[in-house]
Amino acid sequence: MPPRINLQKCDGCKGEKEALCVAICPGDLMVLNEDTGKAYCRSTRDCWDCMSCVKACPQSALETRLPYQLGYYPAKLIPLMGSKRVTWTCVDINGNIERFTYQNRNE
Amino acid sequence: MTKKFPVRPQDVEEILLETDVLIIGAGNAGCYAAIEAKRRRPSLRVTLMEKAHIDRSGCLAGGMDAINTYIKKGETVESLVRWSRDQAGGLLREDLTVTMAELLNQAIEEWESWGLPIKKDENGEYLARGRWDIAIHGSEMKVILAEKVREYGCEVLNRVVATNYLLDGNRVVGAMGFHLREGKFYVVKAGATIVATGGAAGLYKPYTNDGIDSHHQIWYCPFNVGTGYAMGIRAGAEMTTFEMRWCAVRTKDFNGPIDTISVGYKAPMINARGEKILAERYAHLGGDKAPRFIRANAPMEEWLAGRGPCYVDTRQMTPEQVKDLKTDYLNERPTFVLFLAARGQDITKEPIEVYGSDPYIVGGHTASGYWIDVKRATTLPGLFACGDVAGGVPNKFVGGCAAEGILAARGALEYLESSPAPAGEPDKERIEQEKNRVFQPFARQLSTGEGISPWEMEERLQRLMDEYAGGVHQFYRMNRERLEYALKHLAILKDQTRYLVARDFHELMKCHEVIDMLDVAEVLVHHLLYREETRWPGWQNRVDFPERNDEKFKCFVNSRRDPETGKVEILTRPYEQIIP
Repeated sequence: MPPRINLQKCDGCKGEKEALCVAICPGDLMVLNEDTGKAYCRSTRDCWDCMSCVKACPQSALETRLPYQLGYYPAKLIPLMGSKRVTWTCVDINGNIERFTYQNRNE
Repeated sequence: MTKKFPVRPQDVEEILLETDVLIIGAGNAGCYAAIEAKRRRPSLRVTLMEKAHIDRSGCLAGGMDAINTYIKKGETVESLVRWSRDQAGGLLREDLTVTMAELLNQAIEEWESWGLPIKKDENGEYLARGRWDIAIHGSEMKVILAEKVREYGCEVLNRVVATNYLLDGNRVVGAMGFHLREGKFYVVKAGATIVATGGAAGLYKPYTNDGIDSHHQIWYCPFNVGTGYAMGIRAGAEMTTFEMRWCAVRTKDFNGPIDTISVGYKAPMINARGEKILAERYAHLGGDKAPRFIRANAPMEEWLAGRGPCYVDTRQMTPEQVKDLKTDYLNERPTFVLFLAARGQDITKEPIEVYGSDPYIVGGHTASGYWIDVKRATTLPGLFACGDVAGGVPNKFVGGCAAEGILAARGALEYLESSPAPAGEPDKERIEQEKNRVFQPFARQLSTGEGISPWEMEERLQRLMDEYAGGVHQFYRMNRERLEYALKHLAILKDQTRYLVARDFHELMKCHEVIDMLDVAEVLVHHLLYREETRWPGWQNRVDFPERNDEKFKCFVNSRRDPETGKVEILTRPYEQIIP
């Protein structure tokens, strides 16, 4: 379940010691392209869809897509991380939108 | 900046570190062990060796929506042991389960005090989800735990892949590994070592792994490949009950958890005809409360009998419940919500299909792992084990793994006091040997330029195990002849590891993952061969021995691989009932 990278938004986390998605991926799958300085997933088959990279990206440049054999195009699930809360927006293949907000850390 | 790789083993820089307590694996259990060691003895150096990043490593990377064992009002340590015994087909280490259970609630309540939201009912008690489970909003629980580890002043070595223990005689005095980013070889010498690397996914072919992007569409964390088991096997540690595999009913295709639905919202499992499978066909085994291996086997039996597909029937759920259910999933496996959206599925109209997962070796769910004592000491002096890598305690789950981390730290500290770390330099020859072993795939890439990729070997292993050692495509069934075939080919594969090639450090890690998986798979097959009965039908189906045989097999099947000869010896240990 590989993340798709929006190359317009991804800036390679310039200024960080290591791009945040590269630093966080539990499978060591995210890498920066040496020529463009932008992130890519080096082995899309090995992604576990944990969405750690998506949550970490300061530019909201990453989006987790389902492999096509599991689900149809073009559903979306976008987290917006707050400091103690998260809001998820989910769009299904028919364009229906659902939102979920909850506390993910105690005050 | 990163250098170009591969490099020759002799050109790799060596880093020698010393610490008092080394913890390998900074997941849930490892983090609790680190915190406990540091708060008991703040002057000691406590170091975590983690192949990923502590904030999102191990099983909790994506989060968790429940803690499956918490001792609520009206329940006791004893009632937990009895329940767990029933769930485990009568085989568990009661001494270990009792000591774990005594610390269970403390570990969970601490997590809450550090920031983990636990849902409450109208009385302010933790919101129950079934008899033992409590509901949480755990998507950030690992990040919260990692912050605490840093706050206590533990040292974290992120992106260091452990490859083998450092030994002084047969005492474990630390570990060796390599840094994925720095490209250096690490030798960490320690007074006491705690292994907390989790269980093993990826030994079997998942039914979801078609050619493109879904190889890791599996339930258990695919980055837990059994490295801790493998290091123990190679060093001659005694292992227990690998044959009690963990196979579970999961959402079909997605391979996601279903307790969320079936326990949390009391949605019954039904077959293609709409019959409530557990209530109607397994009432004599407990119905919806039947042991997990029965529940794992049930939909597979329905498929075999021509009554599949099977579902958890969500059609009675209210819109509010559906919203809650999806929120639960967002806390544990967020993309299941995406999966439903990508199917355009309204679960109040269409139920959720379920199927069996690929088998895993997971000591947090079953009794597989290191054979340990109540101090969590393994059979190798100086080495302690906790969490999914430690055996004997099925159904410990997230809370129990945390509790066991605390116990392992206490055991390690006690050991340090009575057995100070041996003075002097570690054995240079052994380090050199390990360095050559670790960087062999680089050496081959440089000398020959071609060979076997770790992905190729992993797929070969997975198909072999799936077809000959009872994978999901074989409905978990196996017999002696098939298992012997598996052993024969595992031996060939192990010999072929010398042809593995790696072009960079990520590939080098993948090479060592498959090498470790082969060592675990071999021991697993020996265990499966030895247990000539069927104790846990969904987990271990010997079609040549279909009945349970308490007379001969109500005992632990243990193994030890001789480090000199490489031969796996099987022995048995008695089951001891403590709780009436």
